[in-house]
Amino acid sequence: MIDKRVASAAEAVAEIADGETVMIGGFGEAGSPIELVHALIDQGASGLTVISNNAGNGQVGLAALIRCGQVAKIVGSYPRSSNSTVFADVYRAGRIELELVPQGTLAERIRAGGAGIPAFFTPTGAATELADGKEQRFFDGVPHVLEHALRADWALIKAAAADRHGNLLFNKTARNFGPIMAMAARTTVVQAASVGAPGSLDPETVATPGIFVNRVVQIADPAQEFDLVAQGAHYP
Amino acid sequence: MSTPPPGLTRDQIAERAAQDIADGSYVNLGIGMPELIAQYVPEGREIVLHTENGLLGMGPAPAPDAVDPELINAGKKPVTANPGASYFHHADSFAMVRGGHLDLCVLGAMEVASNGDLANWSTGQSDAIPAVGGAMDLVSGVRVVRVMTTHCTRDGTPKLVEKCSYPLTGAGVVSRVYTDLAVVDVTPQGFAVMEIAPGWSFDEVAARTDAPLRDARPGVVA
Repeated sequence: MIDKRVASAAEAVAEIADGETVMIGGFGEAGSPIELVHALIDQGASGLTVISNNAGNGQVGLAALIRCGQVAKIVGSYPRSSNSTVFADVYRAGRIELELVPQGTLAERIRAGGAGIPAFFTPTGAATELADGKEQRFFDGVPHVLEHALRADWALIKAAAADRHGNLLFNKTARNFGPIMAMAARTTVVQAASVGAPGSLDPETVATPGIFVNRVVQIADPAQEFDLVAQGAHYP
Repeated sequence: MSTPPPGLTRDQIAERAAQDIADGSYVNLGIGMPELIAQYVPEGREIVLHTENGLLGMGPAPAPDAVDPELINAGKKPVTANPGASYFHHADSFAMVRGGHLDLCVLGAMEVASNGDLANWSTGQSDAIPAVGGAMDLVSGVRVVRVMTTHCTRDGTPKLVEKCSYPLTGAGVVSRVYTDLAVVDVTPQGFAVMEIAPGWSFDEVAARTDAPLRDARPGVVA
């Protein structure tokens, strides 16, 4: 029998080890797997490389993970935030490394990682400083940049609904990086508001097939990072 | 030199830029000033707005009591989804961008050069937090890239220049610029002024532009 359900967020992230690479879903505050990230803070793994579009909001979620000193490096496209100085402070203090990647290149590197494509050429960033040191090649007279796939030890993702096979539905723009990060990690951990029996999701509407998912934990009433930031919440 | 009147307001620039958007277009509007363009699409034209975080068919901001924190735009502000909208993940979203499926994007700018180079992501200052988002993807893949911006910075420094001093977002990508003072096309011969704001002269606009300017207004013999 296939049953990817685990009992708690703490159990779902218990094996994340120091120095590992963790993809964290979300764009801005939408789709942030906040209960999983808070469980990772409680768990205490450090020296992590985090792959995430942004670098957290307010004093919760990824921003709190960074503030707690658990993140050695961020791979992302837009680590600046109007509502958090956590990343900026740590970055200016020289205590975190940043690999800045154009947003579409970040997405495609993750997708490629999950699809067994080790590298690809993209026109994005050609003739800019983000192409410095990268192999360039012309296709049809247009310069392209060689970009390498991204994979991770773990992916932490928020879904709206799941079944015990790990099939997933998302909510609106909270989908963002979830489906591609699920493909690109050795172990993909999902928090979902509902976790049903096989057959509870319409196969025509499944956004992420369960083959890409390893663990599902039900968080029936997840916090919205948007609300926590608005309330000035601070974790832990 | 007499003092010219104020140039177009932000809303007037947006209204002007919206006139050029064809019925049926798929369009991405950059964060900030270009977002205003959505309010001025002429009656009778149906356009579909793309926001790169994963929505086609983006509608206006919701009422305060109807905000869904999981329905936001690329500027991370709450939005709505119009009838006919669709959601998708980031790799699909940027396949739309890079794959040439979007007809038009209108972006903000820090500098535009007369060869179409665009700088709009970094001042290059060492203490700034680097952040690029989707700007480089948009300029590399969207079929037509236009810019909406003030003609000069707040301190009066021209934004239309011969060569960008800030780090580039893309090389040779911009085809038209809408400012408070003029509509300027990027041509193989450099900047060409197509329209000028009411009360302004060509020479007054040229004096606020840091690159050669050609008067290409219809009916004007340069």
